[in-house]
Amino acid sequence: MERKDRIEELLESLWIITVEGQKDKSDFALLRDDEAIKDLIKMGYVFVKENQLGLTEAGKIEAQKCIRRHRLAERLMTDVFVEKSKLIHETSCKFEHLLHKDLEKSICTLLGHPKTCPHGKPIPPGSCCRGASKEYLKKIIMPLAELEIKKKGKVAYLQTGNRDILQRMIAMGVLPKTEILLLQKFPSYVIQVGKSQFAIDKEMASQIYVRQV
Amino acid sequence: MQFEKNHDGPIEHSLEIALETIEGLLHDRYTLSRRAVGLLLLQEDHEIQEMVKESQPTILDHIEKIISGVKATYAYPIEYEIALLRRDEVERIINRVVKVKEKEQGIAEKVSALMMNPIAGFPLLFLILYFGLYKFVGVFGAGTVVRYIEETLYDNHLNPLLVKMVAFIIPWRILQDLMVGEYGILTLGLRYAVALILPIVTFFFLVFSVIEDTGYLPRLAMLIDRTFKKIGLSGRAVIPMVLGFGCATMATLVTRTLPTKRERLIATMLLALAVPCSAQLGVILALLGGHPKAMVLWAGIIMMVFLFIGFLTARLLPGERPSFYIEIPPLRVPHLGNIFTKTYVRVKWYFLEILPLFLLASVLIWLGKLTRLFDFLIFLFTKPVAMIGLPKEAAKVFLFGFFRRDYGAAGLYDLNKDGLLTGDQLLVACVALTLFLPCIAQFLMNLKERGWKTGVGISLFTLLISFGIAFMVNLVLNKLGISL
Repeated sequence: MERKDRIEELLESLWIITVEGQKDKSDFALLRDDEAIKDLIKMGYVFVKENQLGLTEAGKIEAQKCIRRHRLAERLMTDVFVEKSKLIHETSCKFEHLLHKDLEKSICTLLGHPKTCPHGKPIPPGSCCRGASKEYLKKIIMPLAELEIKKKGKVAYLQTGNRDILQRMIAMGVLPKTEILLLQKFPSYVIQVGKSQFAIDKEMASQIYVRQV
Repeated sequence: MQFEKNHDGPIEHSLEIALETIEGLLHDRYTLSRRAVGLLLLQEDHEIQEMVKESQPTILDHIEKIISGVKATYAYPIEYEIALLRRDEVERIINRVVKVKEKEQGIAEKVSALMMNPIAGFPLLFLILYFGLYKFVGVFGAGTVVRYIEETLYDNHLNPLLVKMVAFIIPWRILQDLMVGEYGILTLGLRYAVALILPIVTFFFLVFSVIEDTGYLPRLAMLIDRTFKKIGLSGRAVIPMVLGFGCATMATLVTRTLPTKRERLIATMLLALAVPCSAQLGVILALLGGHPKAMVLWAGIIMMVFLFIGFLTARLLPGERPSFYIEIPPLRVPHLGNIFTKTYVRVKWYFLEILPLFLLASVLIWLGKLTRLFDFLIFLFTKPVAMIGLPKEAAKVFLFGFFRRDYGAAGLYDLNKDGLLTGDQLLVACVALTLFLPCIAQFLMNLKERGWKTGVGISLFTLLISFGIAFMVNLVLNKLGISL
């Protein structure tokens, strides 16, 4: 593995342990002689204190970008290339290092600015997610609310932290790979799932992400 | 169905192994199979958790440990993971044994699309309300049928007979009054329940059952959801609201079907305030029948109060915004047997629940008159009634309005017959009476369903709003010099 890739992997690991795991530092013992760690310390991204490693403020910013690229790559593999689950991690690990700046933004846009990776972990938002309305790229994955009327979409994933709403989606049979026909958008969203029709509100229609078919 | 045993994480956290371990712990005296109980436990079903807690309290800790182990290996709740696997299994079977033929769009689908179309949907709603509610329940049920039963059967035949019989059996004047006096149990309470309310409510429930069985209500819910969200409710609340036009007391009971406490509270309040019940509607429509302008204004004012108060409450009341989903079943021609059964069951419920309250109201009025408490209360009402520009005779109407909201309206009818009210006064009185305190039955139901503090609070609030709005309507009419 190239030195640069190794550095990014380490930043990601430290992010998961310290920021998402909500610990200050991580055990240093295993990595004591790693060249990449020395580089990171030199770059001012990582500090050592009492034999433990931690991310500096600059390091956190850098690590957040790496995590974002990694999880976007995972989404790309699952949603667009429909990759088998076992391979997602490996492929994404290699792919993420190729995702830089503009490419990252385009992929985020294509995927409809996803908020979580396929494993349900948060994807830190990028600058493109905030100005998501002015878009020129055609999306591949989008919230059901943005699908055109009379078009069919295949559910890519459900984006909700609310268990009650998730259970309602399950009750309707709205699950990944389910085909949904959007019949109407106003005054409520009317969808056809199999032979059944349901009316749902805009909030719920915005939490179902589909791939247009 | 069997789940696969291979798994990314530790093998004991795979669904199948966890499920089999739980199954091994359960005894087989549950009504469901052990596997079904295990599956529901994995999905953290509260009812089943309670059931196992009661029957096998000692194994609960162990089960919880297994479940938290499984949960840790998935990002989504387990019911979601199970739903995915189950769906795959269902699809595997279906693909082998079922062939689906695409069908042409039939007439039912076309009508359905029309009902859900915002442009065609609202005129259609108006037609349904006009013919179903106004023509059938209002004009035919509350008009023709009630007139026949009440005037022909009751006033001419039954009441004189009852009066004679009671006079023969009970020699004391006071008790005679209680039974067959002006507000007597038999002459007012029972007559009201049987001759007036029963036919109106029966006709309403008949229409309601037809509308319900065609599958129209979910379509109405879908049309109205956006508007109802603004007043803190979801489209699902149309069912109690429409029912409220029949009997607001029963509708208050039906608010139980709403998912959150906040929605139930808002719906209860709006039902108490701004949804006139069928009995009340019947009398008000009769009163305002001769003044079409006043009738339109009355409907407009009540609708505005409904939306405005709902909007304010939704703003002020803390809590989560409601979320909405409803299945839209295919349109169907209702089955006659079902309609009669439903109407019968509802009318029976209504009669058994409400009849005792009618009789109680008669006793309370009798007591109130006997102890002179009513004279005092009427005196209290005189001032506010004068403030909204009504003659002092109307005070009595408002007091009785509490015992039977529709009875208050009927009292207004008598006032009008005596020529005591102008068109303006009629409008003001109808507005005040519609918004006024719910009848005693609904009041008691509010206490029962929402607790006494909230119940009393809602009543005081409606009292305030009804007089406040009536006062404003009167003021505006006077200032602009409008006479209807």
